[in-house]
Amino acid sequence: MAATVALGCALGGVAFAADTVKLGVSIPAATHGFTGGIVWWANQAKAELEKAHPNLKITVKTASGAPEQANQLQDLVTVTKIDSLVIFPFESAALTQPVLQAKKKNVYVTVVDRGLTDPSAQDAYIAGDNTAFGRIPAEYIAKKYNGKANIVALRGIPTTLDNERWEAFTGVLKQYPDIKILDGKYANWNRDDAFKVTQDFLTRFKDIDVVWAADDDMAFGVLKAIEQAKRTDIKEVFGGAGSKTMVKTIMDGSNPLIHADVSYSPKFIYDAIKMTAEARLKGDKLPATHIIPSALITKENAKEFYFPDSPY
Amino acid sequence: MPSAPAPTPATEVRRDGAAPRKPARRFDPHRFGPVIGLVLLLIAGTALNPDFATWDNLMNVLTRTAFIGIISIGMCFVIISGGIDLSVGSMAALIAGAMILLMNALAGSVASPVAVVGLGMLFALLLGGGFGLAHGYLVTRGRIEPFIVTLGTLGIFRAVLTWLADGGAITLDNDLSDAYGPVYYGSLLGIPVPVWVFLVVSVAGAVLLNRTAFGRYVQAIGSNEQVARFAAVDVDRVKLLTYGLLGVCVGIATVLYVPRLGSASPTTGLLWELEAIAAVIVGGTSFKGGEGRIAGTVIGAVLLSVISNILNLTSIISVYLNAAVQGCVIIAVAFLQRRRP
Repeated sequence: MAATVALGCALGGVAFAADTVKLGVSIPAATHGFTGGIVWWANQAKAELEKAHPNLKITVKTASGAPEQANQLQDLVTVTKIDSLVIFPFESAALTQPVLQAKKKNVYVTVVDRGLTDPSAQDAYIAGDNTAFGRIPAEYIAKKYNGKANIVALRGIPTTLDNERWEAFTGVLKQYPDIKILDGKYANWNRDDAFKVTQDFLTRFKDIDVVWAADDDMAFGVLKAIEQAKRTDIKEVFGGAGSKTMVKTIMDGSNPLIHADVSYSPKFIYDAIKMTAEARLKGDKLPATHIIPSALITKENAKEFYFPDSPY
Repeated sequence: MPSAPAPTPATEVRRDGAAPRKPARRFDPHRFGPVIGLVLLLIAGTALNPDFATWDNLMNVLTRTAFIGIISIGMCFVIISGGIDLSVGSMAALIAGAMILLMNALAGSVASPVAVVGLGMLFALLLGGGFGLAHGYLVTRGRIEPFIVTLGTLGIFRAVLTWLADGGAITLDNDLSDAYGPVYYGSLLGIPVPVWVFLVVSVAGAVLLNRTAFGRYVQAIGSNEQVARFAAVDVDRVKLLTYGLLGVCVGIATVLYVPRLGSASPTTGLLWELEAIAAVIVGGTSFKGGEGRIAGTVIGAVLLSVISNILNLTSIISVYLNAAVQGCVIIAVAFLQRRRP
C-alpha cells in the first residue's frame, strides 16, 4: 500500500515541483587536463548546489572507460535510485543503450558534449560548440594577417569531434587563396607529441607564420619546440579551450607568441548540472538542445574566462 | 621433436666460454635485421625529404629517443631474465610529478636553484630504484607473475600522479626551469646532453650484460631458471637487481625528460612501456628470455623514432594510417631478424 502511494508521488513529481531530486552525474575520470577540469567543475557544482538546495542530492561517478561507465550507470539507477541524470558519455555508440534503459525507468536524462547515436534516449543535450572551436581561430587568423599566411596545424586524436573542428577551420580558410595550410598532423592532445610534431614541422617548413595548436596543452609543447629551435619567423601560436595558464598568459601579455584563444571550457558540465537540477526542482523541462557558445578570448575579455582554482 | 631444445644449451655454452669467442664471429644475416631495417629507413627518409639528413633533424630524433632508449636498456635486462615490466610509462610519469613537487617545495628553503635541481635528480633516481626493487621483491619473494605485479603498479602509479595533479598538470617553477633547462636543451661538442647520457647508459649496459658475472647470470636465468638455480646462481637476488636496474633507468630517463616541458600531466609517458618493449624485441632480444643484445635494443629504439619522424616530415600517407605504417615496419624488421627453428 505504502509502495503504491510512494510510486504515485514519484510519478507525480515529473509534472509538479519535486520534493527531493536525486541527481546522478556520470563523467569520464580525470586522465588529462580537460577531463581533470570536468571532474573539478562537477564537484564544484555538487558542493554549491547541495548547499543552496537542501532537498537536492548529487552523486558524482567517474569512469575510465565506456564499459565501466555503463556499469556505474546501472548502479546509479538501481542502487542510488536517481531520478535525474547528467551524463558526459565516454563513447557515443556504446552508451546509447545503457542511457536508454535508464530513461525507460523514468530518469530524466541530460547528455553533455559527446552526443548519443539515438537522440530519443535523452531529454536534453548540452554541448560546447566544436564548429566554432575551428571557425573562430580561422576567422581571427584570416583577419589579423589580411588573408595571407602560412599555417601549420596540430590535430587531436582521430575522432568525429576533431574532424568537425578541422573541417570548420579549413572550410573558412578555403575562402582565402593566399592562406596556405602547409600540413596538419595528429599530436593526440598531448604535450610531448605536440613537441615532436612541431620539431618536425620546423625542420620541414622554413617559413611559418601561425601554428594552430588547437588545444592549450598542445600549444605548450609547440612553444617549447619553437623556443628550442630559436625560430623567429613564427608570429603566433593559437591554442584552444581556454585553460587557466593560457588565459593568464593572454591577460598578462607574457608571451609574444600568444595573443588569443578560443573558449571550450570544461565548465559546461557545471552549467549542465545546475540547469538540470534547478529545472527538476521546479518541475520544468530543459530545452532539447543547448549549445554553450565558444568565444574568442583576447586581452580585453580574458578576465571573464579566468578560473584560478580549477586544475585546467 | 627432441631436437628442438637442443640448440639453446649449445649457444649458451658458446657465449659463456670466454676463450673460444672467435669462431662465433661468423656473419649471421638475421642478426643484422635491425641494422638493415634502419639503413633502409634512413635511405627512404632522405629520398622523401632532403631535410631528413640534416644534423639538426638527426639530433632531434636521437634526443627524443633518449628517454625510450634508456628505459629500453633496463627493459632489455628484465626481458632477458624472463620477466616483463608494464609499468615504466606510469612510473616515469609519477617520478616526474613527484620530483617537480619536491623541487617546487625545496625552492622556498634552498637558495641555489642548481642545488634544488641536483636534489630533485637524486630523488628521481632513488625513487625509480625503489619502485624497481619493490617490483623485484613482489616478483621474487611474493611469487607473483611480473606481468601481474607491473599491471597493478601501472594503474597505481598513474592514478597517484593524476591525484597529485588534481587531473591537471604539475608545472615546475620558472626559476628552476631556467636552471634545469640545459639538462635537456644543452649540448656538449655539438651533441645534446640526453644523447650523451643515452650513449653512456648503452655502453654501461653492454659491458654489464656481456662482460660481468651479473650479465651471465641474467642470461642463464632467462634461458633456464632451474638449471641456473642448480648452478648455485642466486636467482632471486639477480632478478631483484634487474628490476632495480630498470627502475634506475626509468629515473635517469625522467631526469632528462622533466626539463623538456617542465611539467608532468596524466598523459605523460603514456604507452612508453609498449614502445620500450617494442624497441627491445625489434632489436633482436627473445621475448622468451635467455638472450638479447644491447646494441640491437638501441637500434630498435632509434628505428621506432625514425619512423614517426619520417611520417611527420612527409604527407604522402593519410595521417589516419600512421600507426599502420609503424606496425608494418615493426613486423618487417622482426621478420628480418627472425631465428630459424
